[in-house]
Amino acid sequence: MRLDVNTFLGAYPFRRVPGTSPEALLRAMDRVSADRAWVSHLPGIFWRDPAAGNPWLYQTVERYDRFEPVPAVHPGMAGWEGVIAEARERGAPAVRCDPTYYGIDPVGAAMRSLVQRCSAEDVRLMLAVRLEDARQRHPNDRAGELPPWAVRTLIRSAPGIQLFVTHADRPFIEEVHFGSTPAESSRILWDICWIWGPPEDHLETLLRTVGVDRFVFGTGQPLRLPETCVAKLDLLDLTPEHRRVIENENALRVKPAWPA
Amino acid sequence: MRAGERVGITAHVASVLGSWGLTSPIYFPSPVDIEYGNDCLLALQRAHPTRIRGYCVVNPNFRDHAEAELRRCLGEGMIGIKLAASRRANDPLLDPICRIAAHYGVPVLHHIWQHRQREYPGQEASDAVELAQLARRHPDVNFVLAHIAGGGDWTYSLPAVRHIANLFVDLSGSGVDGGMLEACVESVGVERLLWGCDLTIDTGWAKLRYLEHILPDSDLQLVRWRNAARIFPPGAFESD
Repeated sequence: MRLDVNTFLGAYPFRRVPGTSPEALLRAMDRVSADRAWVSHLPGIFWRDPAAGNPWLYQTVERYDRFEPVPAVHPGMAGWEGVIAEARERGAPAVRCDPTYYGIDPVGAAMRSLVQRCSAEDVRLMLAVRLEDARQRHPNDRAGELPPWAVRTLIRSAPGIQLFVTHADRPFIEEVHFGSTPAESSRILWDICWIWGPPEDHLETLLRTVGVDRFVFGTGQPLRLPETCVAKLDLLDLTPEHRRVIENENALRVKPAWPA
Repeated sequence: MRAGERVGITAHVASVLGSWGLTSPIYFPSPVDIEYGNDCLLALQRAHPTRIRGYCVVNPNFRDHAEAELRRCLGEGMIGIKLAASRRANDPLLDPICRIAAHYGVPVLHHIWQHRQREYPGQEASDAVELAQLARRHPDVNFVLAHIAGGGDWTYSLPAVRHIANLFVDLSGSGVDGGMLEACVESVGVERLLWGCDLTIDTGWAKLRYLEHILPDSDLQLVRWRNAARIFPPGAFESD
């Protein structure tokens, strides 16, 4: 099974992106033989209240059995704890928070409260380092990228927090991984969408130095072509076991068991 | 080359940018480093004559050296000229280089920063508008805009080159943005798209896989190799 943990539905505000409907995402998944996808509501990331996109997301994933929701939570908005509770109740594999897009301090009190609540509630937290290459972003798309020190700080903020970090490149991952204790880094999973594959040695090196058990298959589609993640795995000499671990087992291993 | 074999690449057209920063800047290579890099590529070309073909790298700021180096390397079988970011694309110093390109019938590949709104350290970057000015001055030379997926605002580049018939867009680079390939096809047409990888073969392969879904096979063949075979000198590739 191939599970894509990093997909979006809905329009992107800064340029024309085809394939943002549920049906188009399913077609793209078929193209790359992805069986299931964890999906986020893309426009909501840019809304004042990102959680306002969650009702549409929940309704949509109910209609498509290959999708699972990753709802958004803004820990600076009143009632954010209810978003966590609902995510847990609905069996979401993770919630997402993009603090730099929300305009909040990525290591401020609100984020640390979010991490502690997620840890206490056994809810996984997804963070994107970026959505687009900084060199091509719209002039008014000024949100900063998530810095590596924010991930290091957040992973230390609660002993039970499990993070999914998407869109990170090799230097970012190395800085966080080797700047954390083994116990801390064992609670971070990285998607492979922004890591260069062969002939560059970035992904190959990370799989060796950070470990195969720390990486998951995530594409960032439809903002990015999902074919890239398949191609970089195809270009590596991975054993079937390691490929399976990356393509689904690592993500499923930390997916919470609730709801029963 | 191992990665290329997995993808099915039968010919790599490559360049070596001097000493890659070791003894002169990557984008401002010294004449000594230029010769070193070009010699490396000529050796690779001799070792793999059907699989590796070369672009001759020059620094236009050293005019006499650039002209001599072009004659040396093109005379030894290189099939194109690579200009990185040593001098602005629309600068008159590039004109004698383009005249040599016309004489030898080889294309000029020019590294582009898609939307150059300011100066960047380490290079004298150019954008598509500036390359289009050079292409208009030399209608008998084919130019390659490298690389539409190499970072920067590609939505700015495509309208700038839409009507420049002797300017081709290469699809290489680490960028794999959804919608980029459709925009390339819409803007310049499949007849002026060149498939390429740059440093990241994985992204090149991904784009090729995606193109297989959105283009009919006849168009796909243009992008895969036929357009390239048309702009490089006759006999440049074994399959010609």
